[in-house]
Amino acid sequence: MQSHAGDDAPARATLQTTALTDRNAVPRPAEQVYAISTRGLVKGYAGPDGTTTHAVRGLDLDVLQGETFAFLGPNGAGKSTTLALLCALARPTAGQATVAGADVLGRPDQVRKRVGMLFQHSALDPDLTAEQNLHIHARLYGLRRRHARLRATETLELVGLADRRRSPVRTLSGGMRRRLELARGLLHSPRVLFLDEPTTGLDPHARAQVWEHLRTLRDQYGSTIFVTTHYLEEAENCDRLAIIDHGRLVAQGTPLGLKAAIGDDRVALRTGDDTAALQIVRRTAPADLAVTLDAEGVSLRVPDGSAWIPRLCAALESHGIAVHAASATPPTLDDVFFHHTGRSIHTPRQQAPVSPAAATGATP
Amino acid sequence: MTAPSLPDPAATRTPDTPGAPGREPGARLRHELRAVHALVYRDLLRLSAQRTHTALMLLQPVLYLFILGSGLADLIPRSSLGTGYQAYLFPGMLMMTVQTPAIMVGIRLITDRQSGYLRELLMAPVHRATLLLGSCAGGTIVSTIQGVVLLGLAGAVGLPYDPLLLALLLGGIALTSFTITALALALAVGLNRPEVFHMLLGVVMTPLLFLSGGFFPIENLPGWAHALAAANPLAYGVDLLRRCIALRVPDQATTAGIEWSAGQPPILLESALLLVVGVTALLWASHRFSRPE
Repeated sequence: MQSHAGDDAPARATLQTTALTDRNAVPRPAEQVYAISTRGLVKGYAGPDGTTTHAVRGLDLDVLQGETFAFLGPNGAGKSTTLALLCALARPTAGQATVAGADVLGRPDQVRKRVGMLFQHSALDPDLTAEQNLHIHARLYGLRRRHARLRATETLELVGLADRRRSPVRTLSGGMRRRLELARGLLHSPRVLFLDEPTTGLDPHARAQVWEHLRTLRDQYGSTIFVTTHYLEEAENCDRLAIIDHGRLVAQGTPLGLKAAIGDDRVALRTGDDTAALQIVRRTAPADLAVTLDAEGVSLRVPDGSAWIPRLCAALESHGIAVHAASATPPTLDDVFFHHTGRSIHTPRQQAPVSPAAATGATP
Repeated sequence: MTAPSLPDPAATRTPDTPGAPGREPGARLRHELRAVHALVYRDLLRLSAQRTHTALMLLQPVLYLFILGSGLADLIPRSSLGTGYQAYLFPGMLMMTVQTPAIMVGIRLITDRQSGYLRELLMAPVHRATLLLGSCAGGTIVSTIQGVVLLGLAGAVGLPYDPLLLALLLGGIALTSFTITALALALAVGLNRPEVFHMLLGVVMTPLLFLSGGFFPIENLPGWAHALAAANPLAYGVDLLRRCIALRVPDQATTAGIEWSAGQPPILLESALLLVVGVTALLWASHRFSRPE
């Protein structure tokens, strides 16, 4: 790329990891390991009757360089608002945030220059071709003409759309458009890539493709990726995640760590005589554990569940009860969400279906 | 996790370093200009991608010019206009050609806002005013191009293909395009729904066109209509084009359009007025557009 670093791009070839001596960076070395760091971030919107609705209430977030960070929460939890604050599109009511080494309040232009963004309801110009859309966007970010063309080609290849470069966007499928938007977000080589529900509305195949590209970015280029989602399995695949509910952070950590924190595996047994089995399991398992009986069979929550299965089976067999099936399930992120909020992540969605019109607004 | 040896670290490379000593102002301006160019380029690409649409937009003034123009030509005596009706209609139709794409810029600002494209634009590390300037420049250029196509028909209404006349008319078209685009943007910047914009246009555009002096002389209208016409930017545009023709082809000179109490304003003052109105509208629109959320 050195050959393309022209008059106005003296440090284009510098890698992100070494470019942190940037003059505009916050001169606090301790904070620079964080790609994103917020303290007490608050965003309130003035309501119709003089009241203030708080979409985000006092967020403390730390995202490391090069990690894939999931922001998990139900619809309306404040995810999109947080993203708008982090990419300096909206101004926080209170608190501070440093993104890619620049302060969102002090240098919003620098923040926007260093981050890429895929909005939840992203938009491309449907009448123009894939390549034209990218070229216009690259120029908006100040890339020189030749460099813009080059980056358009590179990013199209990266997302596997090189053969569709001359297709008008309206002829592309939903998954292709999403990938094109991903390419657009990468044109200006951002240090941090924000994605707001990148796979909502995609079929499983297209969803897997998007994630494959995100993993490539992380593994090969060390990109910092910040992705909001309400899909548990997507959050599961990230290095770390934060759970947000009602504008507040309720938990933050690695998927394993969060699940380990609530601890116990769920052991389920299907036997020939569940009622009798219940008594035996109660006697075999530690006395303080709750053992339940439902249509699925007998179940209990116990640390290191798989180690208990042979013991429980042996006890049941010795009483002449046949064991049809036994399983030990580690806690899921939904269990984590339930643990911290008292409800399943999927519950509020059914209560308040989001209309397409309401979903396009910035305010949740 | 990082791979410094990779030939293309697509997502890790620093974009143009902003802090390079001594080049910040120049680089900054260059980036803003690139953003303006990007938006103009988008408009030009759209223009070339939608040829049918463009042709249809041009069809209306052409129909007016040749059907309405020749139909009414015999009814309206030369003496009352100073020239044939088709030649009289020509500046008005130039105005109509220019006005449609210029107003489309306002509609697109609203539809871009609705579709989310505007938000993508707002993410770009440039001033918001730059984005508006880019839209205005794009609209002005596209309108001017369409005006030039109609200008090619000058011969058909009896105007000579005189280079200076064409240059004058081109200047007039560009200036008028700019003013209408800026006004459309100023109107659109505060609106969220295209229907409202369409409704406003529907209410406002027809009177503005009728009071522009494009179809018939304003001087025959009652006094209150004179006053309205004197505040109508389209009337100044039409008058400017008409007087450009009169400058080069005196025998095509028509009856006066805009008349103030002190008489006809000088042609340069008319141009300056259009420019000032356009610039003011653009500044006001930029101001509103730049408000932080």
